[in-house]
Amino acid sequence: MEYIIAKYNYWMYVILMMVGFYAMIVKKNLVKKLLGLNIFQWAIIFFYISTAVKSGGATVPILHSALDTANINLYLNPLPHVLMLTAIVVGVSTTGVALALVILIYRKFQTLDEDEILDKLRELSGK
Amino acid sequence: MIRHQLPAIIIVAPFIMAILTNLIGLWSRSACYYAALFTAGVSLFSSIGILDTVISTGKISYRLGGWEPPWGIEYLVDHLNAYMLVIVTLIAFLSILYSYRFAEKDMPARIPQFYSLMLLLLTGLIGMTITGDAFNLYVLIEITSIACYALIAKGDDKSPLASFNYLIIGTAGACLYLIGVGYLYILTGSLNMADLTNLLPKVYHTKALLAAFFFFIVGIAIKMAFFPLHGWLPNAYNHSPDSVSAFMAGTVTKVCAYVLIRVMFTIFQPQYSLSIVPILPLLGWLSVGAMLYGCILALAQRELKNIFSYLIIAEVGYIVVGISTATKIGFTGSVLHILNDAIMMACLFFTAGAIAYKTGAKTIDDVKGIHKKMPLTTAGFTVGAVSVVGVPPTCGFFSKWYLLLGTIHSGEYHYTAGLLLSSLLCAIVLYRVLQSMYSQNNEISTKNDEAPATMLFPIYVTVFAILIIGFISGNIISTVIDKTIPIGFR
Amino acid sequence: MQIIESTTPILIVTVSLIGAILIALTGERNRNLREFLTILVAGIKFVLVFSMVELILKGSVITYTAFQITDKLSIAFKVDALGILFALTASFLWIITSFYSIGYMRGNNEKKQTRFYVCFAIALSATMGVAMSANLFTTFVFYEIITISTFPLVAHKGTPEALAGAKKYLTFLLATSIAFQLTAVIMTYNYAGTIDFSNKGILEGKASDSIITIMFILYMAGIAKAAMMPFHGWLPAAMVAPTPVSALLHAVAVVKTGVFVVVKVVLHIFGVDLLQRLGLGVALGYVASFTIIMASVVALTQDNLKRRLAYSTVGQLSYIVLGVSLLTTSGIAGSIMHITLHAFGKITLFFTAGAIYVVLHKTEVSQLAGIGRQMPFTMAAFTIGSLSMIGTPPLGGFISKWYILVGAVQAHELFFIVVLSISTILNACYFLPIVYSAFFKEPSHDNHHGGHHHNDHHDTCLEGKHIFLVAPLVLTAIGALTAFLFSGYLFDLVSIVLKGVR
Repeated sequence: MEYIIAKYNYWMYVILMMVGFYAMIVKKNLVKKLLGLNIFQWAIIFFYISTAVKSGGATVPILHSALDTANINLYLNPLPHVLMLTAIVVGVSTTGVALALVILIYRKFQTLDEDEILDKLRELSGK
Repeated sequence: MIRHQLPAIIIVAPFIMAILTNLIGLWSRSACYYAALFTAGVSLFSSIGILDTVISTGKISYRLGGWEPPWGIEYLVDHLNAYMLVIVTLIAFLSILYSYRFAEKDMPARIPQFYSLMLLLLTGLIGMTITGDAFNLYVLIEITSIACYALIAKGDDKSPLASFNYLIIGTAGACLYLIGVGYLYILTGSLNMADLTNLLPKVYHTKALLAAFFFFIVGIAIKMAFFPLHGWLPNAYNHSPDSVSAFMAGTVTKVCAYVLIRVMFTIFQPQYSLSIVPILPLLGWLSVGAMLYGCILALAQRELKNIFSYLIIAEVGYIVVGISTATKIGFTGSVLHILNDAIMMACLFFTAGAIAYKTGAKTIDDVKGIHKKMPLTTAGFTVGAVSVVGVPPTCGFFSKWYLLLGTIHSGEYHYTAGLLLSSLLCAIVLYRVLQSMYSQNNEISTKNDEAPATMLFPIYVTVFAILIIGFISGNIISTVIDKTIPIGFR
Repeated sequence: MQIIESTTPILIVTVSLIGAILIALTGERNRNLREFLTILVAGIKFVLVFSMVELILKGSVITYTAFQITDKLSIAFKVDALGILFALTASFLWIITSFYSIGYMRGNNEKKQTRFYVCFAIALSATMGVAMSANLFTTFVFYEIITISTFPLVAHKGTPEALAGAKKYLTFLLATSIAFQLTAVIMTYNYAGTIDFSNKGILEGKASDSIITIMFILYMAGIAKAAMMPFHGWLPAAMVAPTPVSALLHAVAVVKTGVFVVVKVVLHIFGVDLLQRLGLGVALGYVASFTIIMASVVALTQDNLKRRLAYSTVGQLSYIVLGVSLLTTSGIAGSIMHITLHAFGKITLFFTAGAIYVVLHKTEVSQLAGIGRQMPFTMAAFTIGSLSMIGTPPLGGFISKWYILVGAVQAHELFFIVVLSISTILNACYFLPIVYSAFFKEPSHDNHHGGHHHNDHHDTCLEGKHIFLVAPLVLTAIGALTAFLFSGYLFDLVSIVLKGVR
């Protein structure tokens, strides 16, 4: 039990990830799948951010201009944040492309339900 | 002086041009093609320059922005990188050359965007190969993938859905890789590959590292379409535009295979992948599965590009099986097969595309009697097909030779049997295609109507390469591949 | 033993490749030039091969390394007595077959003649490559090139039947060579560390007995070109090919490549002593005996002339395998001589089958009654060929069969002597009736087989117009008849081989 509480941030991200993963696999609607993917990505981003946290009142350096920069215990590790900025950019562009694809699919098939699309595709190839 | 900047030029040139083509497109559409071709040519020459430097002076370390590793991003080019760079840029150059007529025909209004994406894909692939930073690698994997998703969606009616599925699975794969990187960062505080090599042994016993290792393997396996995580590949490649599928088929899975080698034997020392976590037998069995599954499913397909897509799944199995023998000679076979497979698959997809461009034929039945109409293309295809089967003296035989030798040397006879069986299945698959191509067909006009020169040239470059690589494979091995073999391989 | 470095071997291989390119460039535009080129290349090739004979007879070995792929792997040539014998036979018969091809292809108005000549030249190139190869790697490469280049020849007619036959041909040869032979070669490389042919074998003491046994089985199964049962099915299937192809390739070049590689593997990879110790020679002998008897029995039931000849070939090839499997001097000598001597007899028989098809459009044995009057020379040649097959003295077939018999006696294997005698009787049973009916039976008057107008001229000789067809077969028949004249010469070469391996 202590083990779980001590590392609760990890458990949260695992749960979030599984929620996202479930949506990606089970949902038939393409937009819901995409949302699942986003949750999946955000879980990882939270995971990274949580690793930067330090106990004992550490904070973000820019909040206190008088912070002693030599004392690393006083501020959070900035690198995961920086990395995640990049990851967010990547995530946003992936989502952008995915949404563009969704629009394309909707224009072609007038639906976003995977089963219905597959039916329509079968009709297309049947002709 | 310019020689020292080559590792930057090779990636910056296509990246800048990817943006510029959109501007150039406002002025002249056809200029985009020449700009893209020129840029790919610059990258190709840079990669050859890099390979030459690496062979003569050893590893190159290029620090982006002058930051010292492990803080800055470092491009570390050794023999394996340089070798992969040549493959990637060569296929890219040929594909862009080849795409001229397709871009005109399929997407006349979107030529600048098309070349922009092609160059972005090239940028991503080059970056994946050249970078020495684990997080940077993630970003570049995603750049590659995003370019792929967009390009695939330009194909036929089914392509947006295929692309969407690829996007979902592919992004999940990249995310798994990202988790792996996160674990490594937590454990060591470093992201530089060379740095990680030295830091990781201290934490080899931890469970977290084990988890990271598996996240890496699964994530990359998804990206390289390794059985049983290959589901996205056949639809994505089959429905993508013809000019793009050749490029992707020749490079994407191969570069991901390279990443797998990097992760298993550079980030993690060979000792870890060989003895601490004995994952190689698992990979070996799965690759036997891949070889058989790919070939059997290929048997069931009618569309040419679908057939080749399933063959790629099998070929990925070939590449991995050599690594999983943990022998020097098997590894040599794998690395050689990366080159051979890139060229063979490019050849097959090029010819299939040329046939589709001229006649609209896409399935085995459509291409009946095509040899009368397009004799040169068909002949090129024949060479490619013979090489995929692995008949001497084509290059496919030589890599298969090393792979078989590796499996026998390590005493893993089930891999040998898998390799042979899948070669035979491959032969049946491609025989059916060839038989159809060379059979009599009175409906098709016998007038010689050959593919345009911009297609024939790339096809024949690959054909020539297929015929010649086998004979110079000894040189390739002694100057390049021998230097890439991880320590600890028998 | 003197080792001479010379470029002649690579010249021999490349000359017909260059020829193939020239033929392809000439094409249909100038048929005479195209066919002249074929004959020219065949001639040059033979002269080149012949120029090496003298050196070989002196006991030298000619080597040349064409490509050094890695330090242990190379495309290399080494011409020894065994190789030169095979190369001589194939290149000499190619000249004759070239003339015959002209007669046959023109007489039949075949399509795609350029492709035919090109593939033929490539196949011959590869055959020379096998004959002169210095290691198993080179052998395998050329072995596969033969398979691929002869495939269009078998499928030449393009009919569904021809395609089905060709498919079977390719399946058998490619599947066995990739699945078994390649594995065996790679295992050899792995265990012995080399794949160069060596007189005493290279495997002794390199691997456990069971591994060596497995390798031996893989080799014998993998060399399907030797047409040992159960891997013989491709040979009758390949009879859909035009007759010159059946004659030179499926009676000489391709199948002899098979047995040649068997002989090479037995003598130069495993070595006589090793096989004797493991008793593998006898086992191979039993398989060969089974093939000999079964093939002869099946041949009896075949009505199609070419298929009957094909089964006869299957049986005769196993003579060669049987001879070498005895592992005695005479056995080996007999089998090596049989490579050449059987070639002359069998090519004659195929030539006659082709000539009968071109002139009379007859393919079945049952239609041949009385044709001796229309085609006297052809049928006389056929008689000589079949007597040579049966092994009647003093014809070629007798000499080699005699040595094999002596070999069986030396090895104290009575069973094989019985097999050889039964097979001789069976051979007589399926050949002599053809000869008898051709010369002594009245021609049948039913004309439902095409109803040709020359039914009225049963007594006229029809051979005059087809000099290109008839002259070659007469020549090879003379070759088979006068075999005893050059058998001494032959034996000189054979004894050099024997000196090496024993």
